[in-house]
Amino acid sequence: MTPLIEFRELSKIYIMGDNEVRAVDGISLTIMRGEFVAIVGQSGSGKSTCMNIIGCLDIPTSGSYILDGHDVSKLDDDELAEIRNRMIGFIFQQYNLLPKLSALGNVELPLVYSGLHKSERRTRAAGALEKVGLQDKMENLPSQLSGGQQQRVSIARALASSPSVILADEPTGALDSKTGKEVIELLKKLHAEGNTVVLITHDNAIASQADRIIRLADGQIIYNGKSDLEVL
Amino acid sequence: MTLLQSFQMAISNILARKVRSLLTMLGIIIGVVAVIVIIGLGNGMESYMVSSFQSMGTDLLTVNIIGRNSERSITVDEMYELAYDNPDYFTMMSPIVNLGVSVKIHTEKMDATSVTGVGEDYGDMKKFTLRSGRGISYMDIKNRHHVAVIGSYIDDIYFGGYAVGESLRINGQLYEIVGVYEQEADEIDEGNADDAVYIPYSLAVKLTPSNTINSYSFGMVSEDYVKESKQIIDAKLYDVYEDEDAYIIISMSELLGIMSSMIDIMITILAAIAGISLVVGGIGIMNIMLVSVSERTREIGIRKALGAKRRHIMRQFVIEAATTSAIGGIIGIILGYALSNVASQIILIALDTEISVNASPSAAFGAFAISAGIGILFGYLPARKAAMLNPIDALRYE
Repeated sequence: MTPLIEFRELSKIYIMGDNEVRAVDGISLTIMRGEFVAIVGQSGSGKSTCMNIIGCLDIPTSGSYILDGHDVSKLDDDELAEIRNRMIGFIFQQYNLLPKLSALGNVELPLVYSGLHKSERRTRAAGALEKVGLQDKMENLPSQLSGGQQQRVSIARALASSPSVILADEPTGALDSKTGKEVIELLKKLHAEGNTVVLITHDNAIASQADRIIRLADGQIIYNGKSDLEVL
Repeated sequence: MTLLQSFQMAISNILARKVRSLLTMLGIIIGVVAVIVIIGLGNGMESYMVSSFQSMGTDLLTVNIIGRNSERSITVDEMYELAYDNPDYFTMMSPIVNLGVSVKIHTEKMDATSVTGVGEDYGDMKKFTLRSGRGISYMDIKNRHHVAVIGSYIDDIYFGGYAVGESLRINGQLYEIVGVYEQEADEIDEGNADDAVYIPYSLAVKLTPSNTINSYSFGMVSEDYVKESKQIIDAKLYDVYEDEDAYIIISMSELLGIMSSMIDIMITILAAIAGISLVVGGIGIMNIMLVSVSERTREIGIRKALGAKRRHIMRQFVIEAATTSAIGGIIGIILGYALSNVASQIILIALDTEISVNASPSAAFGAFAISAGIGILFGYLPARKAAMLNPIDALRYE
């Protein structure tokens, strides 16, 4: 069985003035379809860079990134955009909803770029909102929703295009612990339904909710295994 | 993502920032208004000029003899002969003797009144109509009768409308008024076309210092034959004077053509100057679009993260710029038409002249097309900037 996500000797190097910063330094990892993986690390550990590369927002300096059997490490801007649209469902810390669009409009947005018909978009977006329990709030603007509700809208948006990976970047970072817990429960539910979920966080308690933990420090993997076996 | 969606999105973005959008459009609005009013004014001036030239007779050829010490000069009879020998080209001919003499009515000396010696066909040629009495006849000319036909102004002001049978003095000599022409000019004013006295040219020529007739007017069969008609006269005059500079043949229709093209050039230059404000307006749009791209960096980042390609972002901003300036263009057209009407009224009141400012649909369409084009042109740079944004940086942008 081919992994869904595979890093092979992958590095990302930023040039800052005269200095080379190795944000990710030659790491290899695999994530299988249907896994719930947390990528954990302190700030500067390289987890954000990993998340950008997994999310096809950025390409590696060297090494390769194989997504669903295809090397995507050399693609250009527009090709990456298409992959993001089809295969990645983003959940951001700051929700990143468009303030002038309703919940439904926001969830429809990735489908607009996939070129779906209006009626099809409506059906799918409404279905996704129903799944996160917001069927009553479809016409609300983000400003009329609580933080937890906004994050659920963004989860619905990530689900709407039936992506291969749900990529959640500190999804609880802006929420209180109670709503944060609800969001994690929702992610777990999605995982139980067969979705592949990759969670990026600095919070060990959140990370421990995942099946597997990949811990990064200074651009390298220091732990990769079951979450309940990690000794901190 | 369809064009319609981009367009709807552009409209909602414009409406979301009404004051800013209006200020952005202002440059385009002013430019379009200026272009429409200026072109309208040009059209109005041109049609005003055409109609006033036509009232002077575009089917007339005027011949001025300068002479230049030639051994012999052309006679009145030769000129008449020229007209009668070419009935395919000329309908009539009249000598014209402009006199710098003063007219006296009762005891009042009139300085502004023009005195002209003319032939019997002059009135017909100028399409004057008689209000009362008769015109100057062949017998008046042949026998040098001291008769005069006057313009309506003199009749109205000095004779209360009953001038026929009265008399006036020219250089001390008494002339009987035998006829009055209808009013020609638009207003009643001293020194205008109606403040005129016409006498037989045979008498008038005796009042000139040189005793010669220097000007003739030919009525043409059709103004379509201006060239040929001119050639006939030219051939005859060259035969007599053997010098092209000894005479000038002027046709009103040719003059009209020259004047029209001059007005066209002037209007084109003015419209181009007004067009500069369209360009300035376009730069204003570019400026605001650049600001808008900065403000919406995060939105662009989100859209790109969710799968928007460069062309999607590009199209969104170009369409927004084009829509902004097209709306400005439409507002400008409406205001331009309104201002054209107001300007016509102002000209009528202030200058007492009926130059209607005719805003032409083609000018309006052109202004609209240019303003939409400017939107696309000046929207391109900000749109490109937006499309090239890196999604990671854009998402992080606060």
